[in-house]
Amino acid sequence: MYSSNAAVYVGGLGVVTAIGNNKAECLASLEAGKAGIAGITLLDTIHKNTLPVAEVKLSNQELERRTGLRAHTSRTALLSVLAAREALEDAGISSASEWRMGFISANSVGGMDKTENFFPGFLANANSGHLRSVVNHECGAVTEIAADALRIQHFVSTISTACSSGANSIFFGARMIRHGLLDIAVAGGTDALTKFTLNGFNTLQILDKEWCMPFDEERRGLNLGEGAGYVVLMSEKVMQSLGKQPYCKLTGWANANDAHHQTASSPEGAGSFAAMKGALDMSGLAAADISYINLHGTGTQNNDISEGTAIQRLFSAPYPLMSSTKSFTGHTLGASGGVEAVFSALSVQQNLVYPNLRLHTPIQALPFAATTEFSRAHTVHHVLSNSFGFGGNCSSLIFSKS
Amino acid sequence: MSDLKAQIVAQLNLQHVKPEDIGDDMPLFAEGLGLDSIDALELIVLLQQEYKLKLNNAEEGPKVFRTVRTMAEYIKSHQA
Amino acid sequence: MKAYIRSAAIVAPQDGSAGTPLLRQVLTYTGNRLTCAEPDYNQFIDPRAIRRMSRIIKMGTAAAMQCLQLADVQMPGAITMGTAYGCLEDTGVFMKRMVEQHEEMLTPTSFIQSTHNTISAQIALQLQCHAYNNTFVHRGFSFESALLDAKMLLEEGQKQVLTGAADEITPYSFSILQRFGLYKTDPGNNIDLYNRPGKGTMAGEGAAFFLLDSSDHPGNYAIVDGLHTFYKPAGIETIWENITQFLAANELQPGDIDLLVTGRNGDAAGDKIYAEMQEAIFPEQVAIGFKFLCGEYPTASAFALWMAARILKEQQLPAVFGVTQPASLRRVLIYNHYEQIHHSLMLLRAC
Repeated sequence: MYSSNAAVYVGGLGVVTAIGNNKAECLASLEAGKAGIAGITLLDTIHKNTLPVAEVKLSNQELERRTGLRAHTSRTALLSVLAAREALEDAGISSASEWRMGFISANSVGGMDKTENFFPGFLANANSGHLRSVVNHECGAVTEIAADALRIQHFVSTISTACSSGANSIFFGARMIRHGLLDIAVAGGTDALTKFTLNGFNTLQILDKEWCMPFDEERRGLNLGEGAGYVVLMSEKVMQSLGKQPYCKLTGWANANDAHHQTASSPEGAGSFAAMKGALDMSGLAAADISYINLHGTGTQNNDISEGTAIQRLFSAPYPLMSSTKSFTGHTLGASGGVEAVFSALSVQQNLVYPNLRLHTPIQALPFAATTEFSRAHTVHHVLSNSFGFGGNCSSLIFSKS
Repeated sequence: MSDLKAQIVAQLNLQHVKPEDIGDDMPLFAEGLGLDSIDALELIVLLQQEYKLKLNNAEEGPKVFRTVRTMAEYIKSHQA
Repeated sequence: MKAYIRSAAIVAPQDGSAGTPLLRQVLTYTGNRLTCAEPDYNQFIDPRAIRRMSRIIKMGTAAAMQCLQLADVQMPGAITMGTAYGCLEDTGVFMKRMVEQHEEMLTPTSFIQSTHNTISAQIALQLQCHAYNNTFVHRGFSFESALLDAKMLLEEGQKQVLTGAADEITPYSFSILQRFGLYKTDPGNNIDLYNRPGKGTMAGEGAAFFLLDSSDHPGNYAIVDGLHTFYKPAGIETIWENITQFLAANELQPGDIDLLVTGRNGDAAGDKIYAEMQEAIFPEQVAIGFKFLCGEYPTASAFALWMAARILKEQQLPAVFGVTQPASLRRVLIYNHYEQIHHSLMLLRAC
């Protein structure tokens, strides 16, 4: 029953990041040029005063109150429920609907925020520590807390491919719709800041001690962020029955592997080139049709030049507008593909182009520069959203006017 | 330098390399011992752990970690 | 589009060599834990890459490489895999150092390798495979999601997809899961698992990989006709309904199934579901278990698929199962549930 050209609509959006607890707040910050990066307040870590991060501005208690989830729930799940519920409500879908609905969520470390509190006591004595702290350690457990809260039961799954996880979840959901296996897919990703990831990225010496500067010649590294972002994907039939305008269509996607190194990107951007090219081919578009690129743009020396080189190889002048919204939200890892899909869908719907903050000197080796202005002046027909992760995992999505 | 070689083999879990197989002037990266950027980060920690030395900036890395001899010279000249 | 299993390989608590008949010799384990019988990894993995790999990465990569060797295929068109827990050993190492060294002088290797997609990425790196690469991490559905992805890829035009699963037990994870009361406390062994009454099972682990092919080749093991998962069914009737509807969707009656493979694990409450289902739907069918061979873990269904594929290829039910071989071995249904939460059905047919 696979239909290779069945339309996949984006009918609902939900997001929470350091720049806002929902999409209206995030959009306001994007327009105002207001980044969410600041000092660490939520983690008990020695890096508190040295490494800036982009925290969601809600405590766990506040998130528990807003989501109705019980105390001690992993922050990863709390963020997930907040954003996914916004997306479902936005789509106008009740969980009691007769549609075959799936929840496909991504995250990179599951309930690690709780596990890392359990571990010091456990190391000292294997019988100590509350088991409730580790019962939701698994990535999939976090997804199930959210699926249960949203009362989605027909299909649940979790993808974890590092920083491209969220994008991979979204297009897995789209494929299930094209295969006639789902009518509606709530798909995206979530990740909370943890000491584990903070220290992990710190060992790689790719964290910027100041606010990150993606696609700048003087870029020093990335700032970690946290958040969640989901899109509600739906078939033509669902869209028609809802009788409202979708945000846009998801028309292209691809995943390719760099197969170069465990963490570093290849200098020529083999994986990112293949992902972008694959997505263009699927949507039947030429590179020149892309109005705006939401860059992966982490701000590390290696990532940005690799992505930029791949763009240079695939596109030609005049280059599309492009920016990294990670200059606002930090790098939200497993959530980033979901968060940036939400931003991309809003861009297509409202003809928005987001600024790349703190860009002073564009990368000299590249023939283009990221845009520094928020704009409503361009008609945005198609947005390309890039998400590239460890293990050479590269994914691109294309959102198009419907 | 033989201590340093043993430390490198242990830190990087170079299973098929004996410390004495590493020449004093053998390049550690690429065509020599074949180490990569992750190993470089591991070597930075090795200097911290074993010699209480902190590499001041990342650009020093390639120079310091070129060979066992360059590492040894760096350690000697930076230890109080 | 048919999904042929062209080859299958495991690293598991049992010997999975392709050269000897299935389960001719069965490895026994006493207590509550089965661990992998590991091969000489140098046969399958570039020795320069091995030095950084933890056990699960070696297990998964070796199973994948062996699978490709058996199929005599150098480069798959895509790689999908499932792992519920990911690389636990590396996670534990990094966490322990973070705690003990108070976040200072940490090294990157264990952090990098704790990433859940490390195994599929290592396979891609070893093969220099630039194709689609995905990793599912959904508890008892991890492997089923990877298999679904692989089947969809074949429908979309891929010719060959490498798909599989891997999970490991580590001292930390075993100690924590034991505190949850998951494992038996008596000193019996795995061969007697189904005669050890009461609560709990034996912990297991393993890696299994399959090369799915859209076309028929001599030597193919079996065809994966159907796959269905259902999450938290409301009760036994919902389970029965899912099973009968799955059969109907594949235009089959219960009587068409020659062999039933169930996920019995020795835990009385969980095994009751299989017993009641069998009595209600498959009273005439020969049924066998598989978790007495590999133990219980979230991706154990991948071991079941490997075992069922080998049975169909060899047309021989090994003696260890202690049942009479059915007159025909054409269709096998695997029904597994993990912790009564994740239920899956896989339907296989002989080539």
